[in-house]
Amino acid sequence: MFEKRICMFTGHFGSGKTEVAANYAINMLQHHDKVAIVDLDIVNPYFRTADAREYLESKGIRVLTTIYANTNVDVPALPSEILSLFQNKEYKVVLDIGGDDLGAKVLSRYREEITQDSYEMYFVINTRRPMTATQRQIEDMICEIERSAGIKVTKLVNNTNLLEHTKAQDIIRGHEIIQRVSENLNIPIGFVSGFGQSLKEAGKELGVDTLFMDKLIRLPWD
Amino acid sequence: MGEKLLMKGNEVIAEAAIRAGCRFYFGYPITPQTEVMHYMAKRMPEVGGTFVQAESEIAAINMVYGAASAGGRVMTTSSSPGISLMQEGISYAACAELPLVMVNIVRCGPGLGGILPAQCDYFQSVKGGGHGDYKMVVLAPCSVQELYELTVEAFNISDRYRIITMILGDGILGQMMEAVEFRDVENIQNVEKPWAVTGTGMKREHNVITSIYIDPEVLEAHNRKLQEKYRLIEENEVRVEEYNCENADVIVVAFGTVARIVKNVIKTAEKEGIKVGLIRPVTLWPFPVKTFEKYATVPKAFLTVEMNAGQMLEDVKLAVNGKNKVDFLGRMGGMVPTQKEILDKIKELIW
Repeated sequence: MFEKRICMFTGHFGSGKTEVAANYAINMLQHHDKVAIVDLDIVNPYFRTADAREYLESKGIRVLTTIYANTNVDVPALPSEILSLFQNKEYKVVLDIGGDDLGAKVLSRYREEITQDSYEMYFVINTRRPMTATQRQIEDMICEIERSAGIKVTKLVNNTNLLEHTKAQDIIRGHEIIQRVSENLNIPIGFVSGFGQSLKEAGKELGVDTLFMDKLIRLPWD
Repeated sequence: MGEKLLMKGNEVIAEAAIRAGCRFYFGYPITPQTEVMHYMAKRMPEVGGTFVQAESEIAAINMVYGAASAGGRVMTTSSSPGISLMQEGISYAACAELPLVMVNIVRCGPGLGGILPAQCDYFQSVKGGGHGDYKMVVLAPCSVQELYELTVEAFNISDRYRIITMILGDGILGQMMEAVEFRDVENIQNVEKPWAVTGTGMKREHNVITSIYIDPEVLEAHNRKLQEKYRLIEENEVRVEEYNCENADVIVVAFGTVARIVKNVIKTAEKEGIKVGLIRPVTLWPFPVKTFEKYATVPKAFLTVEMNAGQMLEDVKLAVNGKNKVDFLGRMGGMVPTQKEILDKIKELIW
């Protein structure tokens, strides 16, 4: 699950990429000393990796975000430091990409650096999101994102959830849809991500790799 | 209730509008509400509706005016500076008594301001941002579920009274994701629109939608008619949530997302033996005056918490009418009041 050097998280906006990427980076620390996470979201102005910066840094993760993240400026800027991570191969690098084909466009800028390295391009899916609820919708979006990024998706991630209302059945039902996508497009499912008991039950029934997450992006009343 | 999905506030506004029978959307993109347009652009063609990205906010509001004149259920959405640009059109539509729904996902201002959450357009929404004696119904939801329900209801209110209904939210509400449960059958109240300009078919007199009344006596009579309608709305459409107000020593007043922060503060305060209540106006206009009359003698004070310099504060003071102390805590510039600073302020009032 953590072998590749560059791990990218793409998907429909709101699919949970940021939470999955940040938690993935934390789990990666159990296998590697040097882990960096880069916020490459040029789409979403709110609820970004920068929100979890303090926590991630306290764990020893190097966090790279644009200087404009969480300010009042919404320009699609990229963190310049990212280039050093393509040179310095001591680091395992997690890239948090913006939503949809629009967000994935940023990858085409680094396509050469990424494809010459060892990489995994994850596609995060929540089947309880209205635009990725069916096999057809998911396949269309994978296609759009691959075209925009110029890189093929190598693994699917089942992140089906309704936040605190998630039941194991939701994850299992989502898995059935994602399995059909996996068979049709010949892209393996990397792991299932989620929270607490619902993931525990679903993981047991499905017999797949799981990523247990802590909710890192918090609202003012959390 | 039916299907449960995980949705962003902005997406829910668009989905709710479509479920409410809205078939016309005109707008111009601006953060932090652009997802409404994204979603509308995809969904409108699926239901045979019309989506237009206008050349400007001014164009958008006038397209809305046209569609509403023809009797369609129509919506536009924007954010603070965009809403400012629409003010002339809003005033015209108010005078012409056009039912339409607007959404303002507020940016922090003034001026260009920024994309972070704020409630600084309260005055603009409830006191008439445009010219003339007019009112809009202003709804302030505090969760994605309520955003769905109130957006549907906004269309019903607009049609019932021939009035503009505005949903006022902030970037947190527009951008956050929560589970939302949709009804299997939507609560749509269909209202006949015999006044709409739909073509006479040579069978009736022409309908005229206008905001020009040349004769001052006629214009005054029209104004009186509008005012009577506003009094009727004040009588019938007040929505408010009272939380923990009985036996409270301090009552906090907050709307939208700030009210959710306050609810957690109330729970923390309870553990420390401090009794705090919450009045959450759901309609910012009509303002829930009677609720304040009911609790005017709360032992210590009212505390208004807002993400602005103290705007709803004025309406709270008017409603309390000198019967009690009204204090204020506000943050601006995209800063959100923390649970701790609200609790500290409450303690100041108690001791």
